[in-house]
Amino acid sequence: MNPLATEPTTRHGQWAAVLLVAAVSVGLWQLLAWGMDLPRALLPRPNQVWEAAIENRLALTKAFYSTGVAATAGLVWAIVIGSLVSVVFSLSRKIRFAFFPYVIFLQTVPIVAIAPLLIIWSGYELRTVIIVTVIVCLFPIINNVTAGLTAIDRQWADLFTLYGAGRGTRLSRLQIPAAVPYLVLGAKTSAGLAVIGAIVAEFFVGNGTDYDGLGTLMTKWQGFVRTDALMAAVFASTLLGVLLFGAVHLIGLTLLRRWMPADHARANP
Amino acid sequence: MSAASSIECCSVGVAFGRNDFAVSDLTLHVGGGEIISLIGPSGCGKTTLLRAIAGLQPMTVGRVEMNPPADTSRGQIGFVFQQPSLLPWATALENVQLPLDIIGRGQPQERRRAALDALRSVKLADAGEKRPHELSGGMQMRTSIARALVTDPSVLLLDEPFAALDDMLRGELGELLLSLWDQRRFTAVMVTHNIAESILLSRRIAVMRGGILESVLENPIPWPRDQSQMRTAEFAAFFGVVSDHLRGAVDNPGRTPDGV
Repeated sequence: MNPLATEPTTRHGQWAAVLLVAAVSVGLWQLLAWGMDLPRALLPRPNQVWEAAIENRLALTKAFYSTGVAATAGLVWAIVIGSLVSVVFSLSRKIRFAFFPYVIFLQTVPIVAIAPLLIIWSGYELRTVIIVTVIVCLFPIINNVTAGLTAIDRQWADLFTLYGAGRGTRLSRLQIPAAVPYLVLGAKTSAGLAVIGAIVAEFFVGNGTDYDGLGTLMTKWQGFVRTDALMAAVFASTLLGVLLFGAVHLIGLTLLRRWMPADHARANP
Repeated sequence: MSAASSIECCSVGVAFGRNDFAVSDLTLHVGGGEIISLIGPSGCGKTTLLRAIAGLQPMTVGRVEMNPPADTSRGQIGFVFQQPSLLPWATALENVQLPLDIIGRGQPQERRRAALDALRSVKLADAGEKRPHELSGGMQMRTSIARALVTDPSVLLLDEPFAALDDMLRGELGELLLSLWDQRRFTAVMVTHNIAESILLSRRIAVMRGGILESVLENPIPWPRDQSQMRTAEFAAFFGVVSDHLRGAVDNPGRTPDGV
Protein backbone atom coordinates (compact mmCIF):
# COMPACT_ATOMS: atom_id res chain seq x y z
CA MET A 1 0.00 0.00 0.00
CA ASN A 2 1.17 3.48 -0.77
CA PRO A 3 2.30 5.01 2.54
CA LEU A 4 1.23 8.44 1.31
CA ALA A 5 -2.33 7.23 1.05
CA THR A 6 -2.61 6.90 4.82
CA GLU A 7 -1.63 10.53 5.46
CA PRO A 8 -4.43 12.94 6.25
CA THR A 9 -5.33 15.00 3.22
CA THR A 10 -7.94 17.35 4.62
CA ARG A 11 -7.99 20.82 3.11
CA HIS A 12 -7.02 22.41 6.41
CA GLY A 13 -4.11 20.04 6.69
CA GLN A 14 -3.03 20.95 3.17
CA TRP A 15 -3.02 24.68 3.87
CA ALA A 16 -1.25 24.20 7.16
CA ALA A 17 1.50 22.32 5.31
CA VAL A 18 1.81 25.11 2.72
CA LEU A 19 2.13 27.75 5.46
CA LEU A 20 4.63 25.63 7.35
CA VAL A 21 6.89 25.39 4.28
CA ALA A 22 6.70 29.18 3.87
CA ALA A 23 7.46 29.82 7.55
CA VAL A 24 10.45 27.45 7.55
CA SER A 25 11.81 29.00 4.32
CA VAL A 26 11.53 32.56 5.64
CA GLY A 27 13.08 31.49 8.94
CA LEU A 28 16.06 29.87 7.19
CA TRP A 29 16.50 32.93 5.03
CA GLN A 30 16.44 35.24 8.05
CA LEU A 31 18.98 33.03 9.85
CA LEU A 32 21.24 32.84 6.79
CA ALA A 33 21.26 36.60 6.13
CA TRP A 34 21.70 37.36 9.82
CA GLY A 35 24.23 34.64 10.59
CA MET A 36 26.47 35.40 7.59
CA ASP A 37 25.94 39.10 8.10
CA LEU A 38 25.43 39.74 4.38
CA PRO A 39 25.09 43.35 3.25
CA ARG A 40 21.54 44.55 2.60
CA ALA A 41 22.33 45.18 -1.09
CA LEU A 42 23.31 41.54 -1.60
CA LEU A 43 20.77 39.65 0.48
CA PRO A 44 18.35 41.71 2.54
CA ARG A 45 16.64 40.02 5.46
CA PRO A 46 12.92 39.20 5.24
CA ASN A 47 12.04 42.04 7.62
CA GLN A 48 14.02 44.48 5.44
CA VAL A 49 12.14 43.32 2.37
CA TRP A 50 8.91 43.80 4.28
CA GLU A 51 9.99 47.33 5.30
CA ALA A 52 10.87 48.16 1.68
CA ALA A 53 7.47 46.88 0.63
CA ILE A 54 5.73 49.11 3.17
CA GLU A 55 7.88 52.07 2.19
CA ASN A 56 7.03 51.62 -1.50
CA ARG A 57 3.48 50.41 -1.00
CA LEU A 58 1.93 53.04 -3.25
CA ALA A 59 4.25 52.38 -6.18
CA LEU A 60 3.96 48.62 -5.64
CA THR A 61 0.17 48.69 -5.47
CA LYS A 62 -0.08 50.80 -8.60
CA ALA A 63 2.37 48.53 -10.44
CA PHE A 64 0.61 45.41 -9.17
CA TYR A 65 -2.63 46.78 -10.55
CA SER A 66 -1.12 47.76 -13.94
CA THR A 67 0.61 44.44 -14.45
CA GLY A 68 -2.51 42.65 -13.23
CA VAL A 69 -4.65 44.49 -15.76
CA ALA A 70 -2.16 43.78 -18.56
CA ALA A 71 -1.80 40.08 -17.68
CA THR A 72 -5.55 39.56 -17.29
CA ALA A 73 -6.38 41.44 -20.49
CA GLY A 74 -3.70 39.50 -22.36
CA LEU A 75 -5.00 36.20 -21.02
CA VAL A 76 -8.61 37.03 -21.89
CA TRP A 77 -7.66 38.12 -25.40
CA ALA A 78 -5.58 34.97 -25.82
CA ILE A 79 -8.59 32.86 -24.76
CA VAL A 80 -10.87 34.66 -27.21
CA ILE A 81 -8.45 34.68 -30.15
CA GLY A 82 -7.13 31.19 -29.39
CA SER A 83 -10.62 29.71 -29.22
CA LEU A 84 -11.66 31.32 -32.51
CA VAL A 85 -8.48 30.12 -34.20
CA SER A 86 -9.14 26.63 -32.83
CA VAL A 87 -12.66 26.60 -34.23
CA VAL A 88 -11.24 27.49 -37.66
CA PHE A 89 -8.60 24.77 -37.21
CA SER A 90 -11.28 22.24 -36.32
CA LEU A 91 -13.05 22.80 -39.64
CA SER A 92 -10.50 20.95 -41.73
CA ARG A 93 -7.39 18.89 -41.44
CA LYS A 94 -5.89 20.84 -44.37
CA ILE A 95 -6.22 24.14 -42.52
CA ARG A 96 -4.60 22.57 -39.47
CA PHE A 97 -1.68 21.23 -41.47
CA ALA A 98 -1.18 24.55 -43.25
CA PHE A 99 -1.24 26.77 -40.18
CA PHE A 100 -0.14 24.69 -37.22
CA PRO A 101 3.60 25.14 -37.89
CA TYR A 102 3.08 28.89 -37.50
CA VAL A 103 1.30 28.32 -34.21
CA ILE A 104 4.29 26.33 -33.01
CA PHE A 105 6.36 29.35 -34.08
CA LEU A 106 4.43 31.32 -31.45
CA GLN A 107 5.61 28.84 -28.87
CA THR A 108 9.23 28.68 -29.97
CA VAL A 109 9.99 32.30 -30.81
CA PRO A 110 11.92 33.82 -27.88
CA ILE A 111 9.58 36.48 -26.59
CA VAL A 112 12.55 38.59 -25.43
CA ALA A 113 13.69 38.69 -29.04
CA ILE A 114 10.50 40.07 -30.49
CA ALA A 115 9.48 42.33 -27.61
CA PRO A 116 11.74 45.18 -28.86
CA LEU A 117 10.15 44.88 -32.31
CA LEU A 118 6.67 45.09 -30.83
CA ILE A 119 7.70 48.17 -28.87
CA ILE A 120 8.81 49.85 -32.09
CA TRP A 121 5.53 48.97 -33.75
CA SER A 122 3.14 49.53 -30.88
CA GLY A 123 4.84 52.02 -28.55
CA TYR A 124 5.91 52.23 -24.92
CA GLU A 125 2.50 51.56 -23.44
CA LEU A 126 -0.02 49.15 -21.98
CA ARG A 127 -1.13 47.97 -25.41
CA THR A 128 2.33 46.54 -26.15
CA VAL A 129 2.44 44.73 -22.82
CA ILE A 130 -0.94 43.18 -23.60
CA ILE A 131 0.16 42.12 -27.09
CA VAL A 132 3.27 40.40 -25.73
CA THR A 133 1.13 38.65 -23.10
CA VAL A 134 -1.32 37.48 -25.78
CA ILE A 135 1.54 36.00 -27.82
CA VAL A 136 2.90 34.16 -24.80
CA CYS A 137 -0.55 32.86 -23.77
CA LEU A 138 -1.86 31.89 -27.16
CA PHE A 139 -0.16 28.56 -27.78
CA PRO A 140 -1.49 26.56 -24.81
CA ILE A 141 -5.00 27.77 -25.65
CA ILE A 142 -4.85 26.89 -29.34
CA ASN A 143 -3.12 23.59 -28.70
CA ASN A 144 -5.60 22.43 -26.06
CA VAL A 145 -8.81 23.75 -27.57
CA THR A 146 -7.99 22.38 -31.03
CA ALA A 147 -7.38 18.98 -29.43
CA GLY A 148 -10.69 19.24 -27.57
CA LEU A 149 -12.63 20.20 -30.70
CA THR A 150 -11.16 17.44 -32.84
CA ALA A 151 -10.68 14.49 -30.45
CA ILE A 152 -14.37 13.62 -30.34
CA ASP A 153 -15.51 10.24 -29.02
CA ARG A 154 -16.42 8.08 -32.01
CA GLN A 155 -19.82 7.06 -30.68
CA TRP A 156 -20.77 10.70 -30.07
CA ALA A 157 -19.71 11.53 -33.61
CA ASP A 158 -21.73 8.56 -34.89
CA LEU A 159 -24.77 9.77 -32.99
CA PHE A 160 -24.65 13.15 -34.71
CA THR A 161 -23.99 11.54 -38.10
CA LEU A 162 -26.91 9.17 -37.62
CA TYR A 163 -29.38 12.01 -37.31
CA GLY A 164 -27.78 13.98 -40.15
CA ALA A 165 -26.46 16.83 -37.99
CA GLY A 166 -24.99 19.75 -39.94
CA ARG A 167 -21.63 21.31 -39.21
CA GLY A 168 -23.14 24.10 -37.09
CA THR A 169 -25.12 21.71 -34.88
CA ARG A 170 -22.12 19.45 -34.50
CA LEU A 171 -19.96 22.40 -33.48
CA SER A 172 -22.39 23.98 -31.04
CA ARG A 173 -23.89 20.86 -29.47
CA LEU A 174 -20.91 18.51 -29.53
CA GLN A 175 -17.47 19.93 -30.28
CA ILE A 176 -17.59 23.18 -28.30
CA PRO A 177 -19.03 21.62 -25.12
CA ALA A 178 -16.52 18.76 -25.44
CA ALA A 179 -13.67 21.28 -25.72
CA VAL A 180 -14.53 23.27 -22.57
CA PRO A 181 -12.46 21.08 -20.19
CA TYR A 182 -9.53 21.43 -22.60
CA LEU A 183 -9.99 25.21 -22.66
CA VAL A 184 -9.87 25.29 -18.86
CA LEU A 185 -6.66 23.27 -18.91
CA GLY A 186 -5.09 25.58 -21.51
CA ALA A 187 -6.21 28.69 -19.64
CA LYS A 188 -4.59 27.43 -16.44
CA THR A 189 -1.28 26.90 -18.23
CA SER A 190 -1.57 30.34 -19.81
CA ALA A 191 -2.48 32.03 -16.53
CA GLY A 192 0.99 31.29 -15.20
CA LEU A 193 2.58 32.47 -18.44
CA ALA A 194 0.52 35.67 -18.58
CA VAL A 195 2.32 37.33 -15.66
CA ILE A 196 5.70 36.27 -17.06
CA GLY A 197 4.78 37.72 -20.47
CA ALA A 198 3.57 40.99 -19.00
CA ILE A 199 6.68 41.48 -16.86
CA VAL A 200 9.06 40.65 -19.72
CA ALA A 201 7.25 43.22 -21.87
CA GLU A 202 7.50 45.75 -19.07
CA PHE A 203 11.28 45.30 -18.92
CA PHE A 204 11.40 46.54 -22.49
CA VAL A 205 8.87 49.30 -22.02
CA GLY A 206 11.28 50.39 -19.31
CA ASN A 207 11.36 53.09 -16.77
CA GLY A 208 10.54 56.74 -17.34
CA THR A 209 7.42 56.29 -19.43
CA ASP A 210 3.80 56.83 -18.44
CA TYR A 211 3.45 53.10 -17.95
CA ASP A 212 4.27 51.71 -14.49
CA GLY A 213 4.20 47.97 -13.97
CA LEU A 214 6.03 45.53 -11.77
CA GLY A 215 8.53 44.95 -14.59
CA THR A 216 9.32 48.66 -14.93
CA LEU A 217 9.67 48.98 -11.15
CA MET A 218 12.09 46.06 -11.15
CA THR A 219 14.30 47.69 -13.80
CA LYS A 220 14.26 50.92 -11.82
CA TRP A 221 15.16 49.31 -8.48
CA GLN A 222 17.78 47.14 -10.12
CA GLY A 223 19.41 50.37 -11.33
CA PHE A 224 19.38 51.80 -7.80
CA VAL A 225 20.60 48.52 -6.29
CA ARG A 226 17.48 48.53 -4.09
CA THR A 227 17.68 44.77 -3.61
CA ASP A 228 15.14 44.84 -0.78
CA ALA A 229 12.54 46.68 -2.90
CA LEU A 230 13.40 44.53 -5.91
CA MET A 231 12.69 41.41 -3.90
CA ALA A 232 9.42 42.92 -2.72
CA ALA A 233 8.49 43.40 -6.39
CA VAL A 234 9.47 39.80 -7.12
CA PHE A 235 7.14 38.60 -4.37
CA ALA A 236 4.41 40.88 -5.65
CA SER A 237 4.70 39.39 -9.15
CA THR A 238 4.65 35.86 -7.73
CA LEU A 239 1.54 36.76 -5.76
CA LEU A 240 -0.03 38.14 -8.93
CA GLY A 241 0.72 34.91 -10.79
CA VAL A 242 -0.78 32.82 -7.99
CA LEU A 243 -3.88 35.04 -7.84
CA LEU A 244 -4.43 34.88 -11.60
CA PHE A 245 -3.94 31.11 -11.64
CA GLY A 246 -6.26 30.74 -8.64
CA ALA A 247 -8.94 32.84 -10.30
CA VAL A 248 -8.78 30.80 -13.51
CA HIS A 249 -8.78 27.60 -11.45
CA LEU A 250 -11.92 28.65 -9.55
CA ILE A 251 -13.73 29.76 -12.70
CA GLY A 252 -12.72 26.44 -14.28
CA LEU A 253 -14.05 24.46 -11.30
CA THR A 254 -17.39 26.25 -11.49
CA LEU A 255 -17.61 25.69 -15.24
CA LEU A 256 -16.57 22.06 -15.10
CA ARG A 257 -19.08 21.22 -12.41
CA ARG A 258 -21.48 20.75 -15.32
CA TRP A 259 -19.05 18.52 -17.14
CA MET A 260 -17.94 16.04 -14.55
CA PRO A 261 -18.23 15.06 -10.91
CA ALA A 262 -16.81 17.75 -8.62
CA ASP A 263 -13.96 15.58 -7.36
CA HIS A 264 -12.85 14.90 -10.94
CA ALA A 265 -12.95 18.61 -11.71
CA ARG A 266 -10.77 19.30 -8.69
CA ALA A 267 -8.31 16.59 -9.64
CA ASN A 268 -8.06 17.99 -13.16
CA PRO A 269 -4.64 19.69 -12.97
CA MET B 1 -44.87 5.19 -36.10
CA SER B 2 -45.44 4.01 -39.64
CA ALA B 3 -45.19 0.30 -40.40
CA ALA B 4 -41.84 -1.12 -39.27
CA SER B 5 -39.45 -1.30 -42.20
CA SER B 6 -38.04 -4.56 -43.42
CA ILE B 7 -34.29 -4.58 -44.06
CA GLU B 8 -32.70 -6.15 -47.11
CA CYS B 9 -28.92 -6.53 -47.12
CA CYS B 10 -27.94 -7.40 -50.71
CA SER B 11 -24.40 -8.79 -51.17
CA VAL B 12 -23.00 -6.31 -48.69
CA GLY B 13 -19.23 -6.05 -48.57
CA VAL B 14 -17.18 -3.67 -46.45
CA ALA B 15 -13.44 -3.51 -46.97
CA PHE B 16 -10.97 -1.57 -44.85
CA GLY B 17 -8.07 -1.18 -47.20
CA ARG B 18 -7.54 -3.18 -50.33
CA ASN B 19 -9.24 -6.58 -50.27
CA ASP B 20 -9.35 -6.58 -46.49
CA PHE B 21 -13.02 -7.40 -46.16
CA ALA B 22 -14.53 -7.09 -42.69
CA VAL B 23 -17.86 -8.16 -44.18
CA SER B 24 -18.07 -9.95 -47.49
CA ASP B 25 -20.94 -10.81 -49.80
CA LEU B 26 -23.52 -10.80 -47.06
CA THR B 27 -27.17 -11.19 -47.95
CA LEU B 28 -29.76 -11.08 -45.20
CA HIS B 29 -33.47 -10.31 -45.01
CA VAL B 30 -34.97 -8.93 -41.80
CA GLY B 31 -38.75 -8.82 -41.75
CA GLY B 32 -40.67 -5.72 -40.64
CA GLY B 33 -41.17 -5.82 -36.87
CA GLU B 34 -38.75 -8.71 -36.41
CA ILE B 35 -35.99 -8.88 -33.79
CA ILE B 36 -32.90 -10.57 -35.14
CA SER B 37 -29.58 -11.11 -33.38
CA LEU B 38 -26.20 -10.94 -35.09
CA ILE B 39 -23.93 -13.20 -33.12
CA GLY B 40 -20.32 -14.14 -33.63
CA PRO B 41 -16.84 -13.97 -32.13
CA SER B 42 -15.23 -10.54 -31.82
CA GLY B 43 -13.78 -9.31 -35.07
CA CYS B 44 -16.30 -11.27 -37.15
CA GLY B 45 -17.72 -8.12 -38.74
CA LYS B 46 -21.05 -7.96 -36.93
CA THR B 47 -20.60 -4.40 -35.69
CA THR B 48 -19.37 -3.33 -39.12
CA LEU B 49 -22.50 -4.79 -40.70
CA LEU B 50 -24.69 -2.99 -38.16
CA ARG B 51 -22.94 0.31 -38.88
CA ALA B 52 -23.39 -0.29 -42.59
CA ILE B 53 -27.12 -0.83 -42.06
CA ALA B 54 -27.24 2.43 -40.07
CA GLY B 55 -25.45 4.27 -42.86
CA LEU B 56 -22.51 5.03 -40.56
CA GLN B 57 -20.15 2.80 -42.50
CA PRO B 58 -19.80 3.16 -46.27
CA MET B 59 -20.16 -0.13 -48.10
CA THR B 60 -17.55 -1.22 -50.62
CA VAL B 61 -20.06 -3.32 -52.56
CA GLY B 62 -23.71 -4.20 -52.25
CA ARG B 63 -26.57 -2.21 -50.79
CA VAL B 64 -29.00 -2.06 -47.91
CA GLU B 65 -32.64 -1.40 -48.68
CA MET B 66 -35.43 -0.68 -46.27
CA ASN B 67 -39.06 -1.00 -47.09
CA PRO B 68 -40.72 1.39 -46.46
CA PRO B 69 -37.50 3.44 -46.66
CA ALA B 70 -36.25 4.66 -43.27
CA ASP B 71 -34.87 8.18 -43.38
CA THR B 72 -32.15 8.66 -40.76
CA SER B 73 -32.33 12.46 -40.93
CA ARG B 74 -35.94 12.15 -39.80
CA GLY B 75 -34.97 9.87 -36.95
CA GLN B 76 -36.44 6.70 -38.42
CA ILE B 77 -33.41 4.66 -37.41
CA GLY B 78 -32.42 4.46 -33.77
CA PHE B 79 -29.01 3.23 -32.65
CA VAL B 80 -27.97 1.99 -29.21
CA PHE B 81 -24.20 2.00 -28.85
CA GLN B 82 -21.96 -0.33 -26.85
CA GLN B 83 -21.44 2.35 -24.23
CA PRO B 84 -24.28 4.61 -23.12
CA SER B 85 -22.39 7.47 -24.86
CA LEU B 86 -24.33 10.17 -23.04
CA LEU B 87 -23.04 13.72 -23.33
CA PRO B 88 -21.64 14.41 -19.84
CA TRP B 89 -22.47 18.13 -19.84
CA ALA B 90 -26.17 17.56 -20.53
CA THR B 91 -28.89 16.22 -18.22
CA ALA B 92 -30.53 12.85 -18.90
CA LEU B 93 -33.52 14.68 -20.33
CA GLU B 94 -31.37 16.87 -22.61
CA ASN B 95 -29.52 13.76 -23.77
CA VAL B 96 -32.77 12.01 -24.65
CA GLN B 97 -34.07 15.13 -26.38
CA LEU B 98 -30.90 15.54 -28.46
CA PRO B 99 -32.02 13.51 -31.52
CA LEU B 100 -35.21 15.58 -31.75
CA ASP B 101 -33.15 18.78 -31.52
CA ILE B 102 -30.82 17.60 -34.28
CA ILE B 103 -33.54 16.57 -36.70
CA GLY B 104 -35.48 19.68 -35.71
CA ARG B 105 -38.80 17.99 -35.13
CA GLY B 106 -41.59 20.00 -33.47
CA GLN B 107 -41.53 22.87 -30.99
CA PRO B 108 -39.17 22.83 -27.98
CA GLN B 109 -42.05 22.01 -25.61
CA GLU B 110 -43.15 19.08 -27.76
CA ARG B 111 -39.57 17.77 -27.86
CA ARG B 112 -39.35 18.04 -24.11
CA ARG B 113 -42.61 16.20 -23.69
CA ALA B 114 -41.50 13.46 -26.09
CA ALA B 115 -38.19 13.12 -24.22
CA LEU B 116 -40.04 12.85 -20.90
CA ASP B 117 -42.30 10.17 -22.39
CA ALA B 118 -39.27 8.25 -23.63
CA LEU B 119 -37.64 8.48 -20.18
CA ARG B 120 -40.88 7.27 -18.61
CA SER B 121 -40.99 4.31 -20.99
CA VAL B 122 -37.60 3.15 -19.66
CA LYS B 123 -38.78 3.77 -16.08
CA LEU B 124 -36.58 6.81 -15.51
CA ALA B 125 -39.30 9.44 -15.19
CA ASP B 126 -37.64 10.97 -12.11
CA ALA B 127 -34.08 11.04 -13.41
CA GLY B 128 -34.55 13.69 -16.11
CA GLU B 129 -32.59 16.43 -14.35
CA LYS B 130 -29.69 14.20 -13.35
CA ARG B 131 -26.38 14.31 -15.17
CA PRO B 132 -24.93 11.09 -16.59
CA HIS B 133 -22.31 10.76 -13.83
CA GLU B 134 -25.10 10.78 -11.26
CA LEU B 135 -26.73 7.74 -12.89
CA SER B 136 -25.76 4.11 -12.36
CA GLY B 137 -24.49 2.06 -15.32
CA GLY B 138 -27.91 0.46 -15.82
CA MET B 139 -29.68 3.82 -15.66
CA GLN B 140 -27.23 5.28 -18.18
CA MET B 141 -27.97 2.44 -20.57
CA ARG B 142 -31.71 2.92 -20.13
CA THR B 143 -31.26 6.63 -20.88
CA SER B 144 -29.35 5.63 -23.97
CA ILE B 145 -32.23 3.35 -25.05
CA ALA B 146 -34.71 6.17 -24.41
CA ARG B 147 -32.58 8.43 -26.62
CA ALA B 148 -32.65 5.86 -29.42
CA LEU B 149 -36.43 5.51 -29.13
CA VAL B 150 -37.37 9.17 -28.68
CA THR B 151 -37.82 9.71 -32.41
CA ASP B 152 -40.11 6.66 -32.53
CA PRO B 153 -37.92 4.88 -35.10
CA SER B 154 -39.18 2.08 -37.30
CA VAL B 155 -35.76 0.40 -37.11
CA LEU B 156 -33.70 -0.01 -33.93
CA LEU B 157 -30.08 -1.09 -34.20
CA LEU B 158 -28.28 -2.24 -31.04
CA ASP B 159 -24.54 -2.79 -30.81
CA GLU B 160 -23.84 -5.09 -27.83
CA PRO B 161 -25.90 -2.77 -25.68
CA PHE B 162 -25.69 -4.80 -22.49
CA ALA B 163 -22.13 -6.10 -22.80
CA ALA B 164 -20.79 -3.83 -20.06
CA LEU B 165 -23.51 -4.69 -17.53
CA ASP B 166 -23.68 -7.44 -14.92
CA ASP B 167 -25.97 -10.46 -15.41
CA MET B 168 -28.80 -9.11 -13.24
CA LEU B 169 -28.99 -5.84 -15.13
CA ARG B 170 -28.55 -7.63 -18.42
CA GLY B 171 -31.66 -9.73 -17.77
CA GLU B 172 -33.62 -6.74 -16.52
CA LEU B 173 -32.76 -4.60 -19.52
CA GLY B 174 -33.44 -7.49 -21.89
CA GLU B 175 -36.96 -7.74 -20.53
CA LEU B 176 -37.34 -3.96 -20.77
CA LEU B 177 -36.33 -4.15 -24.42
CA LEU B 178 -38.88 -6.91 -25.02
CA SER B 179 -41.67 -4.87 -23.44
CA LEU B 180 -40.71 -1.79 -25.47
CA TRP B 181 -40.74 -3.89 -28.62
CA ASP B 182 -44.12 -5.28 -27.62
CA GLN B 183 -45.54 -1.74 -27.42
CA ARG B 184 -43.88 -0.32 -30.51
CA ARG B 185 -43.10 -3.26 -32.81
CA PHE B 186 -40.02 -1.75 -34.42
CA THR B 187 -37.66 -3.86 -36.48
CA ALA B 188 -34.58 -4.59 -34.39
CA VAL B 189 -31.12 -5.83 -35.24
CA MET B 190 -29.02 -6.58 -32.18
CA VAL B 191 -25.35 -7.40 -32.19
CA THR B 192 -24.26 -9.56 -29.29
CA HIS B 193 -21.76 -12.22 -28.36
CA ASN B 194 -23.98 -13.55 -25.60
CA ILE B 195 -25.84 -16.66 -26.77
CA ALA B 196 -28.48 -16.66 -24.00
CA GLU B 197 -29.28 -13.01 -24.67
CA SER B 198 -29.66 -13.62 -28.38
CA ILE B 199 -32.03 -16.55 -27.74
CA LEU B 200 -34.11 -14.67 -25.18
CA LEU B 201 -34.55 -11.55 -27.30
CA SER B 202 -34.75 -12.51 -30.94
CA ARG B 203 -36.90 -14.43 -33.38
CA ARG B 204 -33.95 -15.46 -35.51
CA ILE B 205 -30.22 -15.63 -34.91
CA ALA B 206 -27.72 -14.81 -37.65
CA VAL B 207 -24.36 -16.42 -36.96
CA MET B 208 -21.36 -14.63 -38.45
CA ARG B 209 -17.78 -15.81 -38.66
CA GLY B 210 -14.88 -14.13 -40.39
CA GLY B 211 -17.02 -11.54 -42.15
CA ILE B 212 -19.33 -14.19 -43.57
CA LEU B 213 -22.90 -15.03 -42.69
CA GLU B 214 -22.54 -18.60 -41.50
CA SER B 215 -26.17 -19.47 -40.91
CA VAL B 216 -29.51 -18.01 -39.88
CA LEU B 217 -31.25 -20.03 -37.16
CA GLU B 218 -34.98 -19.99 -36.43
CA ASN B 219 -35.50 -19.61 -32.70
CA PRO B 220 -38.03 -22.20 -31.44
CA ILE B 221 -38.63 -20.58 -28.04
CA PRO B 222 -42.28 -19.50 -27.93
CA TRP B 223 -43.47 -15.92 -27.42
CA PRO B 224 -44.07 -14.01 -25.23
CA ARG B 225 -40.60 -14.27 -23.79
CA ASP B 226 -39.33 -13.80 -20.29
CA GLN B 227 -36.30 -14.84 -18.29
CA SER B 228 -38.03 -17.92 -16.78
CA GLN B 229 -37.78 -19.59 -20.20
CA MET B 230 -34.02 -19.65 -19.82
CA ARG B 231 -34.44 -22.59 -17.43
CA THR B 232 -36.36 -24.80 -19.90
CA ALA B 233 -34.90 -27.83 -21.64
CA GLU B 234 -35.89 -26.33 -24.99
CA PHE B 235 -33.78 -23.25 -24.26
CA ALA B 236 -30.81 -25.39 -23.26
CA ALA B 237 -31.11 -27.51 -26.39
CA PHE B 238 -31.24 -24.48 -28.67
CA PHE B 239 -28.34 -22.94 -26.76
CA GLY B 240 -26.34 -26.00 -27.79
CA VAL B 241 -27.33 -25.59 -31.44
CA VAL B 242 -26.30 -21.91 -31.53
CA SER B 243 -23.10 -22.71 -29.73
CA ASP B 244 -22.22 -25.41 -32.29
CA HIS B 245 -22.83 -23.02 -35.17
CA LEU B 246 -20.76 -20.37 -33.46
CA ARG B 247 -17.82 -22.73 -33.14
CA GLY B 248 -18.18 -23.78 -36.76
CA ALA B 249 -18.79 -27.35 -35.67
CA VAL B 250 -21.70 -27.71 -38.07
CA ASP B 251 -20.88 -28.81 -41.60
CA ASN B 252 -21.38 -25.95 -43.94
CA PRO B 253 -20.27 -26.79 -47.44
CA GLY B 254 -18.63 -24.00 -49.39
CA ARG B 255 -17.50 -22.14 -46.28
CA THR B 256 -14.05 -22.46 -44.82
CA PRO B 257 -13.91 -22.09 -41.08
CA ASP B 258 -11.44 -19.37 -40.29
CA GLY B 259 -10.65 -20.76 -36.87
CA VAL B 260 -11.21 -17.55 -34.90
